[in-house]
Amino acid sequence: MRKEILDISQLDKSLLHELDAYIDSLKGDKQEQLIHVLHRAQELFGHLPYNVQLYVAHALKLSGAKVNGVVTFYSFFNEEPTGKYTISVCMGTACFVKGADKVLERILKLTKTKKNEMSEDGLFTIKDVRCIGACGLAPIVTVNDKVYGKVKVNEVDGILEKYRGDHHEN
Amino acid sequence: MKLIEKMITCNINGLKVDVEKGTTILQAAEKVGIHIPTLCHLDLHDIGIANQSANCRVCMVEDEARGALVPSCAELVSEGMKIQTDSMKAVMGRRTSLELLLSNHPQDCLTCVKNLDCELQSLAHEMNIKEIRYHGEKMSHPKDLTSKGIMKDSNKCIMCRRCVTMCDEVQTVGILSPLKRGFDVVVATAFHLDLGETSCTYCGQCVSVCPTAALAEMNDTPKIWRALNNKEKHVIVQVAPAVRVAIGEEFGYKAGEIKTGQVVSALKRLGFDSVFDTNFGADLTIIEEATELVHRIEQGGTLPMLTSCCPAWVQFIEHQFPELLDIPSSCKSPQQMVGALSKSYYAEKHGIDPKDIVMVSVMPCVAKKAEAAREELNKDGLADVDYVMTTREFSRMIKEAAIDFKKLPESPFDILLGEATGAAAIFGTTGGVIEAATRTAYEMITGKELKEVDFKQMRGFEGVREATVKIGDMSLKIGIAHELGNARKLLEAIRDGRNHFDVIEIMACPGGCIGGGGQPYHHGDINVLKKRQKALYDLDKSLPKRKSHENEMVLKLYDDFLTKPGSSKAHELLHTTYSAKQRI
Repeated sequence: MRKEILDISQLDKSLLHELDAYIDSLKGDKQEQLIHVLHRAQELFGHLPYNVQLYVAHALKLSGAKVNGVVTFYSFFNEEPTGKYTISVCMGTACFVKGADKVLERILKLTKTKKNEMSEDGLFTIKDVRCIGACGLAPIVTVNDKVYGKVKVNEVDGILEKYRGDHHEN
Repeated sequence: MKLIEKMITCNINGLKVDVEKGTTILQAAEKVGIHIPTLCHLDLHDIGIANQSANCRVCMVEDEARGALVPSCAELVSEGMKIQTDSMKAVMGRRTSLELLLSNHPQDCLTCVKNLDCELQSLAHEMNIKEIRYHGEKMSHPKDLTSKGIMKDSNKCIMCRRCVTMCDEVQTVGILSPLKRGFDVVVATAFHLDLGETSCTYCGQCVSVCPTAALAEMNDTPKIWRALNNKEKHVIVQVAPAVRVAIGEEFGYKAGEIKTGQVVSALKRLGFDSVFDTNFGADLTIIEEATELVHRIEQGGTLPMLTSCCPAWVQFIEHQFPELLDIPSSCKSPQQMVGALSKSYYAEKHGIDPKDIVMVSVMPCVAKKAEAAREELNKDGLADVDYVMTTREFSRMIKEAAIDFKKLPESPFDILLGEATGAAAIFGTTGGVIEAATRTAYEMITGKELKEVDFKQMRGFEGVREATVKIGDMSLKIGIAHELGNARKLLEAIRDGRNHFDVIEIMACPGGCIGGGGQPYHHGDINVLKKRQKALYDLDKSLPKRKSHENEMVLKLYDDFLTKPGSSKAHELLHTTYSAKQRI
């Protein structure tokens, strides 16, 4: 079963070329910079499928298990494809007591999806994340790089509509 | 003066202890005879590995000044430190740690493969735990029974990381790593692949250090019992050199006692029709391998030539150095040679259809199970070797059959494939194969008698060793490595042209087969391996013949069947091929 999902030759050559260039540009011990390399790889490929992880492992002379260990440790890394917009709901203490769980519940309902899974239209992936360090703005929701502070449950519809709208215009 | 500056004084349970700076509390306590229980900790300094992950928290002691519990395996002693290992706080702290581990551990000790040989079980006993007060969610991972060599049951894993340290740092194979985090953490293969889909070499060193039964050999004894009870089958067994110097440990003998005769008797009582010696195969391997070496030297073939007896090592080079596949000897391992000959030479002599023969091996090794299953060694539906059991599985069969090992008489191996020289005995230790090969190559090349057969410069326990032997007017440069991390160093040096050798011996396990993944558990005591090693050298010395090419039954085999070393028949039966594999 696994042959295809581990097949490095299936990967886009030009993206691999960019990744190689990034790895070449790193100074010092490259193995120590695994996380940077994985960040770059995720930027390029959108997510980190097994063959990309294996490619990174070979490039840095690390074991596949070690790379996979790092990828599965950090919630920022995705092994599955993600939607065009990643919505992160902060579940830190401050956000939680300010009702982040209700916000998350509403978002999941409106996008008809589950945590860490992509919505059917390919637009959204919803995650709950640890404290992102802006407790004064609790509860916080981020959509890709945009930050929404003091989000109320009844504002969620509007936020989602905005991205659905942007998508249609494209 | 300098020496004094390096020394510090601490106090453990009221005893003053002077130790060097950099000493852990655990080491300091040991120095004054104070025992602290440990679990994840594993210090095999002889082979350069220490697992000090400090994550089981079973070795907690009280630091009086801080009033805090600290892990003694990792915390260093500081000047004036006052430690209590037996205060209520320390004892209860350790108990709680262990109880929490037990609360997420299956309680099937009675039927567990590690029953009475489990470090977690021993600790529960030592700490007098009679009830597990904590109840909560338990891990539920599927068992991995997909590989030919190793069984993995993550539900029994206590996250000590010993296997990870062994696989990643010592063997540099890196098959296992902790994946995910928090309660979801599991020590697993990359992408949760089945072990059989990875570059696992099945060396079994993870099994050797696993404190519980999270990792164990695949159990092949049911198939062997079935074969033994099948009247239609002629069941043959062979025994590897390292088994006879370790099996005694399973029956209360000290490490390093030689039990060859009892092993043969036990196998006869289990019902095997013929009991052969893998050492016969070792002598034969030496002749084929020395012939190949002499041929490569004289004809300008690829040098160095690498020995190919160790299946974990073969698996390693196929996955990790596919560009170097022209350097291993094409010789099959002794196990496979004895198997191939049992189903041809022996079968022919006795008029038995090879299809009715079941070939079983007793090996110190887990990788031998995977080797026996290799495609290259299963031609036309006929396997050289059908089933492999480890030394441990063998001891379980003996116990299961209610055989009193201690009362067994000594019996000799059966003829045709039973005679062996001292050269074959030392196959089970690092440096032994190359020493045996040198004894034969010397006489093959010079045509003169080799008077001094002991090559001390090839012996020892160091990870990488080099030796140069004068043979006639040539100098043979020899490299020796045990443990795969050391093999990697040697191979990289060859690949990058930094070092040259004519011939190299590699064994995957610490000390060679004596420290194989299928041997009785050493529980962190490397001296056990050294005693087994000494026993093999003693065995060599005690035998009347110590050169492989003096083995009369091997010479008869050539006269009657194979014609001569390196003949086309020998190639057909005794040689094999390798292929490049993906590194995962």
